[in-house]
Amino acid sequence: MKRDSNPGSKQMFIAAMTLGLVGGLSPSLNPLFMAPAQAQAGADGDRLVRPGDFGTPAVAVTTAPAATGRRAHRRSASVADASAAGNPTARSMNSDQQIVHLLNRITFGARPGDVERVKQQGIRNYIAAQLNPESIPESPEVLSKVQNTHLLNVSSMQAIAEFRQFQKERKQLKQQELAANPDTNQGANQGGGKPGKQFKDQLGDSKKRMGQELMEVRLLRAIDSNRQLQEVMTDFWYNHFNISIDKGFDHVLVGAYEEQAIRPFALGKFRDLVGATCHHPAMLFYLDNWQNSKPGTTDRKGKESGINENYARELMELHTLGVDGGYTQKDVQELARVLTGLGITPDRRQIGEGLRRAGFQGGRGRQAEMQERFAQSLPGDGKWGFFNSNKHDFGEKVVLGQRIAGTGEQEIEQCLDMLCRHPSTAHHIAFQLAQYFVADTPPPALVDKLAAKFTATDGDIKAVMATLLDSPEFWDGRYKDDKFKSPFRYTVSIFRATGTEPRDFQPVIGFLRLQGQPLYGCLTPDGYKNTQSAWLNPDALINRINFATGVGSGKAKFLAGAPLDFNQIRDTVNGGMLSPHTESVISKAPPPLKLSLLMGSPEFMHY
Amino acid sequence: MNRRDFLKIAAASSMVNLFGFHPGALAFNTGKPDGTSKKLIVILLRGGVDGLNVVAPYGDNRYSSLRPSIALSKSEKAPLLDLDGYFGLHPAMAPLISCWQNKTLAFVHDCGSPDPTRSHFDAQDYMESGVPGQKSVSTGWINRLVGQMPTKHTPLQAISVGPVLPRICSGPTTIATVSRAIAKNKSVMDRPMIASSFEDLYSGLNDDVGRAFAEGVAAHTAINEVMDSPDASMSGKNDEMSREQKVANAGAPTPKAYNKFGMQLSNLFRKDPTVQVAFADFGGWDTHIRQGAGQGQLAQHLAPLAQGLGDLVTGLGPLYKDTTILVMSEFGRTAKENGNGGTDHGHGNVMWLLGGDIPGGKVYGKWGGLASSALHEDRDLPASTDFRTVISAVLGEHMNVSKAGLNTIFPGFSYPGNPFVS
Repeated sequence: MKRDSNPGSKQMFIAAMTLGLVGGLSPSLNPLFMAPAQAQAGADGDRLVRPGDFGTPAVAVTTAPAATGRRAHRRSASVADASAAGNPTARSMNSDQQIVHLLNRITFGARPGDVERVKQQGIRNYIAAQLNPESIPESPEVLSKVQNTHLLNVSSMQAIAEFRQFQKERKQLKQQELAANPDTNQGANQGGGKPGKQFKDQLGDSKKRMGQELMEVRLLRAIDSNRQLQEVMTDFWYNHFNISIDKGFDHVLVGAYEEQAIRPFALGKFRDLVGATCHHPAMLFYLDNWQNSKPGTTDRKGKESGINENYARELMELHTLGVDGGYTQKDVQELARVLTGLGITPDRRQIGEGLRRAGFQGGRGRQAEMQERFAQSLPGDGKWGFFNSNKHDFGEKVVLGQRIAGTGEQEIEQCLDMLCRHPSTAHHIAFQLAQYFVADTPPPALVDKLAAKFTATDGDIKAVMATLLDSPEFWDGRYKDDKFKSPFRYTVSIFRATGTEPRDFQPVIGFLRLQGQPLYGCLTPDGYKNTQSAWLNPDALINRINFATGVGSGKAKFLAGAPLDFNQIRDTVNGGMLSPHTESVISKAPPPLKLSLLMGSPEFMHY
Repeated sequence: MNRRDFLKIAAASSMVNLFGFHPGALAFNTGKPDGTSKKLIVILLRGGVDGLNVVAPYGDNRYSSLRPSIALSKSEKAPLLDLDGYFGLHPAMAPLISCWQNKTLAFVHDCGSPDPTRSHFDAQDYMESGVPGQKSVSTGWINRLVGQMPTKHTPLQAISVGPVLPRICSGPTTIATVSRAIAKNKSVMDRPMIASSFEDLYSGLNDDVGRAFAEGVAAHTAINEVMDSPDASMSGKNDEMSREQKVANAGAPTPKAYNKFGMQLSNLFRKDPTVQVAFADFGGWDTHIRQGAGQGQLAQHLAPLAQGLGDLVTGLGPLYKDTTILVMSEFGRTAKENGNGGTDHGHGNVMWLLGGDIPGGKVYGKWGGLASSALHEDRDLPASTDFRTVISAVLGEHMNVSKAGLNTIFPGFSYPGNPFVS
């Protein structure tokens, strides 16, 4: 934010000390991360946070509330001199600002009391805990919501079967309605009648409910989860490996996909994420690989199918190498051949054979049961897709100059290994993380550093994140409050700051759609962006102000309870550090409007 | 000789460079000499629409063999609509056939970007920035166009329909974002006390957020004023429309609202004469599997789009003669259907042009046929006409943009001459 007449808060808080950016001494010397022993030894100069540091949960409170700040301050003098010589444009933050910045970036926004809690726990311990989500007890409300969400607790095969049943009923109902009232077909599009009222009421609603249930869990988790960094990383990776709720079966699979293929690996190994997304039925359906078959493959009905290069292309362009990562059209075609046969379900003949071997007597009308039984006999209880060797092209391939012998399913793993270890991938992921967590135009030195860590640790996301959160770039005050919130982050941060929750999620889901970021609704595989240029526009800003006023006034009917006391919330937003101008406008405003202004303020649009 | 005739003669003779820039040739018979009444509507179909099944070269003997399950034909249940004995229109495009017949609809086939990327995102990016191959260009060509239009800027002079401002409209010049319903909106900013507090809060904020706030307030006020104004030409349809708009606006835009954009957009154009440039985009064209032929997935997407365009033409009424509607997509698709009854990412595509100035009733372009040797990498159309050639022709001739202006809009591009040559 740049305000000509009123210097913003960050200028006012330029402290004497400067963190990090110590050219020759220690490239990422951040005193807040530094245990005294390490500081003295200085043996591990370029990386203060070792994997071991965050490997063990560190939840014990070891410092008194004010100690962190004092220690930082004490160390700062000598660091500041070096910093001035190394990077004169870097800007320091005081310890309160650091806490606010950290909460802004690795959570979906501070809740009342969070700043004090981190102060007590210590920044270092807080980060260590967040990097190890399993060390943090999850909110019981979140756990019970997940347990009670049907679609998160069934196999993909069952979800698909239920969706098919729904489609069948919808078709029948549509036909009944058309038969009863042929006029409803008038003005309809090619290939389908216009649904009548009964149809809309009954099935339109039930389809909406299936998706809405998943959206509610997503929102509730972002608002309530104690494992905030895991949720933030889930948002990051979901968009990296995006699938859309608006494509066929994925309507019922997006939640399971996030639950099974994204969240468990959000701070794990990148290779595991690529493997899990590659094998998940939701991705196999979304990018059409379930159809990708050796040319000339015929199904039971004699219908022929062949190569489909959709997933192969996006796997290289979006998921791993990046668009300029050095692959060709030929590589896309060859990788598509490697991926032939990787589909969702075995065909009926295979199911039958498998079940006969297992001694199960099938029969007419028992297909669904057979399929389910078969699914349960597969590794992963039918969570993952199925490699059908009958549809696989066993010829030799050359991908990125590497000869791939036609061995079957193993070829896929071989190629995923190769893609994940490629230097372009390290750079691509490093850039995206730096853009998401630091700045829309990330500092190249940081990107290089993260890429090097990615390569050195064979794609260990936790280690890369530890490096990022220990980098002078992350703690450079120039980037504080410099990111513009995406609609999702803005919405979640309002609920977190005000200590409220939606009672009725529908209007919140509608607001996100109005803002151009419907939940699970990015149609294209590139996912939602997280930059200011993607989300800031005049109409969207006015809509945010409408939403802020609804929540801030407590008049929005969808709230579960009234927002907390204004003063408490004010101390939560940027740790109470607002620009003098905002401070003065809010202080002059009538009391019922104060919270609305705070939630709709320029400060609250940024993080 | 009127303007249409001029363009037609130019097209027919192909001797006259449409960009002759000699003053006489640029005399308009409609609108003001500075082109203030001229309007441009740009529609981007994201995902790469299969141009070979929109305007199908059914006269090419390889067409049906390359596409055994998806080729359009005259004998299908939904038969293609013949255009000129060689090209045929997808049956779902039927709402536009009257424009073809009255010669206000033209196509330029095998158009595209000189950059060979088959990435949706890069290809869209280049089509939006107007500078293929260069990722460093941060502004969009529509923004650069609006930035140099001689007309006085009004809040709704240029609008982008949809919840986010796309790259094609990004840049220093104000382009209003309006929701897909294009209707009157309720806002807390209509309540004076709240509005004045927020205005105070955002006053003096000289950055992008401050600017967005000011523009947002101005556009909101303008659209509500415009929508409140009477519209004599639509007296019969007003009730139904406002009801639909309310429905569409209550939650948010849904795909069902998609075919209403024509009615809604033309409504805005009629009510606010200062609206000059509009942009809208539609997704769902990435038909990798079972796209269908005359019926099916592609048909289901084309039908509401064509209906919406038809309604737009009708709704514009007398304004249509001063309007050009340009429909484009980032790339075309493979000439041969893939293994799943769909098509994969290709290269050249067809551009659609509608409007009173358009020398319509013709399929233009350097068409080379579908022979293996004529295809790019034996796979897709070679994009023999640069998409900027077509847009430049429209901007230069229709929007009266000068040659220098075109150099700003498409830097580094040299206009090779009139694309409307068959």
